[in-house]
Amino acid sequence: MAASRTKKPVPLKRLALHLMLLGGVVISLFPFYWTAVMATNTTRDIYSTPPKLVFGPELFNNISRVFETIDFTGSFLNTLTVACCTTVLVLFFDSLAAFTFAKYEFPGRKYLFGALLLTFMLPAQLSLIPQFVIMVNIGWVGTIKALIIPAAANAFGIFWMRQYIMGAVPDDLIAAARLDGAGFFRQYWNVALPIIRPGLAFLGIFTFIGSWNDYAWPLIVMTDPSNLTLQVALSQLNTAHNTDYSMVMAGALLAVAPLVVVFALFARGFVADAVKGALRG
Amino acid sequence: MTATRAAAAPKARHAPAAGRKGVLRTYWPQYLAISPFYLLFLVFSLVPVLFSLYLAFQRWDGVGDMTFVGLRNFQFLIKDSTFWLSLYNTFVIWILSTVPMLMLSLVIAVLLNSNVRFTSVYRIAYFIPNVTSIVAIAIFFGAVFSTNFGLVNVVLGWLHIGAVPWLTNEWTIKLVIAFLITWQWTGYNAIIYLAGLQAIPTEMYEAAKIDGAGPVQTFFRITIPQLRPIILFTVVVSTINGMQTFTEPQVLFGGNASINPDSGGPGQAGLTAILYFYREAFGNNDYGYGAAIAWAVFLVILLFTALNWRLVQRREKEAA
Repeated sequence: MAASRTKKPVPLKRLALHLMLLGGVVISLFPFYWTAVMATNTTRDIYSTPPKLVFGPELFNNISRVFETIDFTGSFLNTLTVACCTTVLVLFFDSLAAFTFAKYEFPGRKYLFGALLLTFMLPAQLSLIPQFVIMVNIGWVGTIKALIIPAAANAFGIFWMRQYIMGAVPDDLIAAARLDGAGFFRQYWNVALPIIRPGLAFLGIFTFIGSWNDYAWPLIVMTDPSNLTLQVALSQLNTAHNTDYSMVMAGALLAVAPLVVVFALFARGFVADAVKGALRG
Repeated sequence: MTATRAAAAPKARHAPAAGRKGVLRTYWPQYLAISPFYLLFLVFSLVPVLFSLYLAFQRWDGVGDMTFVGLRNFQFLIKDSTFWLSLYNTFVIWILSTVPMLMLSLVIAVLLNSNVRFTSVYRIAYFIPNVTSIVAIAIFFGAVFSTNFGLVNVVLGWLHIGAVPWLTNEWTIKLVIAFLITWQWTGYNAIIYLAGLQAIPTEMYEAAKIDGAGPVQTFFRITIPQLRPIILFTVVVSTINGMQTFTEPQVLFGGNASINPDSGGPGQAGLTAILYFYREAFGNNDYGYGAAIAWAVFLVILLFTALNWRLVQRREKEAA
């Protein structure tokens, strides 16, 4: 940047730069546009030559066919419940553990934190079969408990929050709270939590997105075809009605839109935090 | 890590009480606070991982009795041509996606770093593919690359190029899956590279300029070496993710892949190692063999990551 102070890029060069970057943006965003085009036209319009390249009037018709074909409301509510519950639990358990690791000294702290980092190394597929067997034995197969409870706390969140808390919560503040007679949980709840809200926002969105888009585990454990998550229901809609593009795309649009809205609302800070999170790991 | 430890650590206040009981009495709030993760990890990860190691030496359908079969699962695995095919597919898709993805990411990052305006808008636009559901995107790719009516073949038709059977040919199946992965992860990696580029001190570039280095020389002598740790990071992450590719081919080539001999598409060209694991374990209920596949894939990932690591480190030594 300092280099440009002496010599600004020539306008033509700058234009070329933006054109190249815009090309990338078009490729990144084109699938959303084209999904919307297919979801707002009839399947016959899509099949016709030349195909329709602009939005049509069929969106509500297509959406209503999605509702007739799969239990969209049910799977949407399942996914929403799972994502919300998981997010709340992760935020509470991860931030509490992170606060403890960041600000407290206790025997075994170093080893426990080291063990936590090691758990990053274990790939999910190693535990999938036994996890499923456990779920069968405790009767959780086909219920959303099987999706929420195992995901209620995770190593990434604790690691990320710990870094965040070390930088954001001053030691003096905690010392002062202790002098005022606040116990450990009061220090967490009344002193730390209000300060770390921006960090919680990132971890919350990150967890919500991950939970919303999760596929492999729900595919395995949600065995009741009338009680699925949105992603699994969408995949089955695609398998069963592969040729009815306009309906399947309307379903895809409905499954993606809420998340893109959530992301767009918080995107600015989120992208920066996501990079920090990745690079610390 | 230790340098940042709280100065206000209550260690000084609670003089360590003697004995194990004293430790628990003093520090129970801390142990309670960190316990949820460790309990969940124990029940839903550690015990399952150990159990799956045990399972790899058994024959079990999940319902009847287990039979100990010794190394037979692994002996079968070594001769199982479908397993080797799935590993081969995984590798090809990994290379076809990772190489163009990381190169493109670097180009985008360099463009974004060259003092343009609207950087934050670009960053958001490039990040959006990464938060989109893989299922929805795989469905989209399936529609766009459909042989008869897909948009890609329509556009090719305008250019007087004949229709390509994207989702039935052995190589184009892999290309489409690789393209999907590239679409989803290029922006993410670009933004990570951008963070790395912004951390390079501008003095280094100015010094190079004074020494008369051109832009190409500067790129290879300063930018790349400075970025090396971050490049290593992205390579390792892409390797781990790439070796576990599952959702893309699973959605593209039909839900009942479990019983379908063509799972992974025609000729099983999109059958990845984890998709094969899924088919054996949850389609054929062959839990013992499934566990053996999972462990074999884990070992391949370990080996491959270590190899990548060594390769990059050796380069570093040569450069030094």
